[in-house]
Amino acid sequence: MTQKAKIITDIEIKRMLYRLGHQVLEKNLNSSEIVLIGIQTRGAYIAQRLKKIIQEIDGIDIPLGVLDITLYRDDLTTIGPKPIVKETKIAFDIKGKTVILIDDVLFTGRTVRAALDEIMDFGRPKKVELLVLIDRGHRELPIRADFVGKNIPTAEGEMVEVKLQEIDNKEEVIIAEK
Amino acid sequence: MEKWSKKHLLGIKDLSRREIDIILELSASFKEISKREVKKVPALRGKTIVNIFFENSTRTRMSFELAAKRLSADVVNFQSSASSLNKGETIVDTIKTLEAYHPDIMVIRISSPAALYLLQKYTKASIVNCGDGKNEHPTQALLDMFTVKEKLGTLENLNVLIVGDVLHSRVARSNIFGFQKYGAKITVCGPTTMIPYDFENMGVDITYDFDTAIKKADVIIMLRIQNERLKSSFFPTIREYVDKFSLTEERYKLRKKNALILHPGPVNWDVEISSALKEKVHPLILEQAENGLAVRMGVLYLVGTEKRSL
Repeated sequence: MTQKAKIITDIEIKRMLYRLGHQVLEKNLNSSEIVLIGIQTRGAYIAQRLKKIIQEIDGIDIPLGVLDITLYRDDLTTIGPKPIVKETKIAFDIKGKTVILIDDVLFTGRTVRAALDEIMDFGRPKKVELLVLIDRGHRELPIRADFVGKNIPTAEGEMVEVKLQEIDNKEEVIIAEK
Repeated sequence: MEKWSKKHLLGIKDLSRREIDIILELSASFKEISKREVKKVPALRGKTIVNIFFENSTRTRMSFELAAKRLSADVVNFQSSASSLNKGETIVDTIKTLEAYHPDIMVIRISSPAALYLLQKYTKASIVNCGDGKNEHPTQALLDMFTVKEKLGTLENLNVLIVGDVLHSRVARSNIFGFQKYGAKITVCGPTTMIPYDFENMGVDITYDFDTAIKKADVIIMLRIQNERLKSSFFPTIREYVDKFSLTEERYKLRKKNALILHPGPVNWDVEISSALKEKVHPLILEQAENGLAVRMGVLYLVGTEKRSL
């Protein structure tokens, strides 16, 4: 895999997240109804950061959960088992809440489909809104994001990688080719 | 991304350390599922699992059945006492007949050791061993290891003491294979008639002195005395057994402070373990049952989603 271009820098990611934090609050005036759920792995870190940002802006402590969607994938038997199933932890009731579902990159929409199914097994939220850092297009399901950091048109064979300080020791978004 | 490549789970002996790690890590994630409101994930949706028991079992079968159901698989049970084996059907014929229903996984308990290696020729399904005679009971060892790792934080270089009817115990053998892969020093302890001499060749220490052995053990696995053995010539009188090999209050005091007491359950109180210790040791034994469910979910998930060339 070769890197083609660095398209977003660390400072841009930071500003994007602040904007997204504001947008979430703008759209959900009753902030006590909001809960954040990040999809493992990078979505979970982005969710953590958003929680802090929202606390900074609004002074409220929003419940935060993480979701591993592996067991809800639609391709488990064609790709073989994923030996790593990370933690799913939603330690609060999502009934009647506005769930902000968070991931790093929105691509085919299949991950989001799996996440929605899993969330519904935890309870019946009032609504679910999708927040992603990057929307790169090529949807295979009728799914769209409510909050987008940046739209990046890509070719299907390309890969968009979000690198975050917490696990990658750097902070950037790159386009790479397989 | 790492891949799981084993089609069957026939014994701990065949597993690498890394493969055991994968099962234990997965099981930790699966444990959480049983605490959800909806205790079910769609990982094995559309898969058929047949639990085939040529030997009686209630708890292991229930545990496997529940594990399969929590992964959304369809499960049917075959119990030989209630089946055509009484009509003279052979075991191979039974497997062939069940194969006609195109199951994806066969969970099998059988009384002849290593019979599963033969039976895999007659089915395309993955086979999971849940007890083959005196040979192995891999998911029991995996749940023991899972429990130890969860409680002690590590599996490395432990002193493991196994007490009781080691000779007839597939649990003992699977645990020996498993813990040894992590550098454990294993000691087995029991009546002379119930300790196989060839265990020395497996690098296992043999002792008949529970009082001394318990002092250095980090993990003490008390084996269950099967009722039918009580009458056999292997077995001393119960009083003699209790005197020498039961975990009594006095012996319990000799243990290391953090030593874990495990038992595959159900306990014959006042035979393997004194009922006076019930409050102290029973909670962990019950947790083993909970962990067993998680471990079996992990195993079924791995063999059930293993990529096949069809």
